[in-house]
Amino acid sequence: MSANGNLNLENANVKKRGGKHYVMIYTRYERFWHWSQALLIFTLFFTGLGLHGTHTMLDFRTAVVIHTYAALVLIVLWVFTTFWNFTTGQWRQYLFKEGVFKVIRFYAYGILVGEPHPYRKGLQRKQNALQSLAYMGFMIFIGPALWASGIVYLTYDLWSGYSWAGTGLMLIAFVHTAAAFIMGAFVIIHVYMTTTGKTPTHYIKTMISGYDNIELTEAEEAYIRETHAVAMKDD
Amino acid sequence: MLLLNRLNLFSRVVLSVSVLSFATLAAQANEEAKPAGAAVDSDMNFRIVTDTKPSIRDDGESTADHSKFEVLQGPFEDGPSVTKACLSCHTEAGRHFMKSIHWTWEYDHPTTGQKLGKKTLINTFCTNAKGNEGMCAQCNAGYGWKDESFDFTNQSNIDCLVCHDRSGGYYKTPNSAGNKACSVMFEGKQPIQWDKVAQSVGLPGRENCGACHFYGGGGDGVKHGDLDSSLKRPDRKLDVHMDAEGLNFACTTCHVTRQHLWAGSRYNVMAHDTEGLGLPGERRDVATCESCHSEAPHPKTELVGIKLNGHVDKIACQTCHIPTIARGGVATKTDWDWRTAGKTKNGEGYKEKEYTQANGEHRATYKSIKGSFKYGENLVPYYDWFDGQMVYTTIETQFDPASGPVEINGFKGDADDGVSRIWPFKRMHTVQPYDKGNNTMVYMHLWGEDDDAYWGNYDFGRAIKAGMERNSIPYSGEYDFVETYSFWPITHMVAPKEDAISCDECHSKQGRLDGLDGFYMPGRDSFSWLDILGYLVLGGALLGVLLHGLLRKLFSKKYPHGEES
Repeated sequence: MSANGNLNLENANVKKRGGKHYVMIYTRYERFWHWSQALLIFTLFFTGLGLHGTHTMLDFRTAVVIHTYAALVLIVLWVFTTFWNFTTGQWRQYLFKEGVFKVIRFYAYGILVGEPHPYRKGLQRKQNALQSLAYMGFMIFIGPALWASGIVYLTYDLWSGYSWAGTGLMLIAFVHTAAAFIMGAFVIIHVYMTTTGKTPTHYIKTMISGYDNIELTEAEEAYIRETHAVAMKDD
Repeated sequence: MLLLNRLNLFSRVVLSVSVLSFATLAAQANEEAKPAGAAVDSDMNFRIVTDTKPSIRDDGESTADHSKFEVLQGPFEDGPSVTKACLSCHTEAGRHFMKSIHWTWEYDHPTTGQKLGKKTLINTFCTNAKGNEGMCAQCNAGYGWKDESFDFTNQSNIDCLVCHDRSGGYYKTPNSAGNKACSVMFEGKQPIQWDKVAQSVGLPGRENCGACHFYGGGGDGVKHGDLDSSLKRPDRKLDVHMDAEGLNFACTTCHVTRQHLWAGSRYNVMAHDTEGLGLPGERRDVATCESCHSEAPHPKTELVGIKLNGHVDKIACQTCHIPTIARGGVATKTDWDWRTAGKTKNGEGYKEKEYTQANGEHRATYKSIKGSFKYGENLVPYYDWFDGQMVYTTIETQFDPASGPVEINGFKGDADDGVSRIWPFKRMHTVQPYDKGNNTMVYMHLWGEDDDAYWGNYDFGRAIKAGMERNSIPYSGEYDFVETYSFWPITHMVAPKEDAISCDECHSKQGRLDGLDGFYMPGRDSFSWLDILGYLVLGGALLGVLLHGLLRKLFSKKYPHGEES
């Protein structure tokens, strides 16, 4: 099934709107992944700024220990999540979707004047086009830049003997710092975006409970009722 | 064990009693000295040892009790006669010892090719031993070197006792009388009991080496900063290895010896020992930390330990484990200005003692014979990349006096040369005479019974002229003063591990390594434009979302929120 075919099918489904239901769209593992990742990234960002010399709230040794362990845990989490994404097929959520500019236009203008969001959240479409693009960028650029440079830094002892080690360390520091700044900006915008739902806390609540009120097509609803593959709360 | 404890207790009691009795004795000696020369300085002696009891060396009992040796029963009238007795059994010791730098005061540097050693070098303290051997060579392990006539081939001239007397009853005096201003130096000293010291020989204790090495540069702790009389009986905080109540290392525990040649050269330092442990036998070639502690001494099972082991390639052990120097109560000299020397009161030289060090002793801040001094205690060392190679400004080296302080012993080292590590140094700053016409350093004739000696006539012009001429060094006839630095690698006063410096001491802005370039260090360094850009991105994002939120708020009244999923 091509992405395009999928999209057409979804568009067709949108036209055949069904009723709204409280459905668990973020499974327990996704929420665990999201929140533990959030905690680790905040920890890494805070300790990282300390190591960078931006603040001196932690002594260097403590910052190194926390930063290193948090990084190791995050790597394990990502390895496992990558496995999860591929085994569950959820990786498709991050593929490119059409309508990015509509979403951008919405956040730049539409949201102010009360236009409806151009994207409808669906069971198979948890993210809008801009979100998918942003998360994809996160996963293939920002994330790898951070973990790759971080892992190379952690293994300093293996290559410290080479004559280029000094330059290498500087290069790693550069990449790691630059990516961390971008990550910081990403997180700021990401956190802000959570306030753009129905109510400022709607998205956060969704990410905690896992349930959101979304439209289901008749087929989806029938499928859920038949198989109980997805938790549904409203009846 | 019990016996050992008792012995320890016994020796401590004896010690405290003897310290007391000695203090009384010293006080008496002082009182006696005063009426003899009220106007004369009674402590010209740069080495005032109040605690003459030996330190305890924990080697266990020797296989030989030298007091039972017939040849050592004496009577001996002087040092050389004791030496002859020593060499009658230790038949090869003289030949071995004559190769030692303690005897030759010469060192041919294998890498730089420079001829070094006290015999010829310029230093930043009393500036040169050359020509002043009558005074300076009392720290040569020989008898009677006062001028060129000294016989370096005569084994009877070897001074065995300065290193091997374990009774504390042996001491050295200058090899010549010097000027009358200096003649009071050893007044009041008890004569050496040659028979007793000859029968009390053993492996050197810390005070044997310390008799010279604690007092280098002309006084207690003056030169090194990490070597002074406080190391005779240090506590654990001062030196974890030499801790008198603990490990109680003698100097030769680390400075291992082979045929009277010691490991641990300051002229050719092993800045990074990559060989580490010398298993299965003890290594006899180095005095490095690694030779006992290995190249990865921190626990490999802890993150911090692994991280610290990762520092070993670039950071000398001493850099973290010697937090400060001169912390045993004895100050080290940090600054010496010869320009002010020569002032007199009523025609006599004088001293001002305006520095009081932690152990309560007063240190001279001015001496007519030497100039003005500054001291430091608990000093944070100077740090730099060091590959172990010292490059000396010798009497032959020409320099440009306008290009900043002359480094009397500059050194090489670079972050990326693969050999260097960051080492701690004591950096000594001095203003001393040089040959203005030839742009070289000068030999000064300081010590002597003649009228040319500076310590007597207070005339730089004459002392320099004599110092240069007598040693056949070309001299323009004009002198001036130049700033100099000397660098003393720090390796003693190793603190217990809990007192090693914390990571932040270096990994911070304005930290200990603030002045070192050529490498990236987290916590200290950043890429300035990346930081500016980065903070702009973060600030921009924050400002952007705030603005967006504000607009939403403002517009929300006009346009009610659309239905949203």
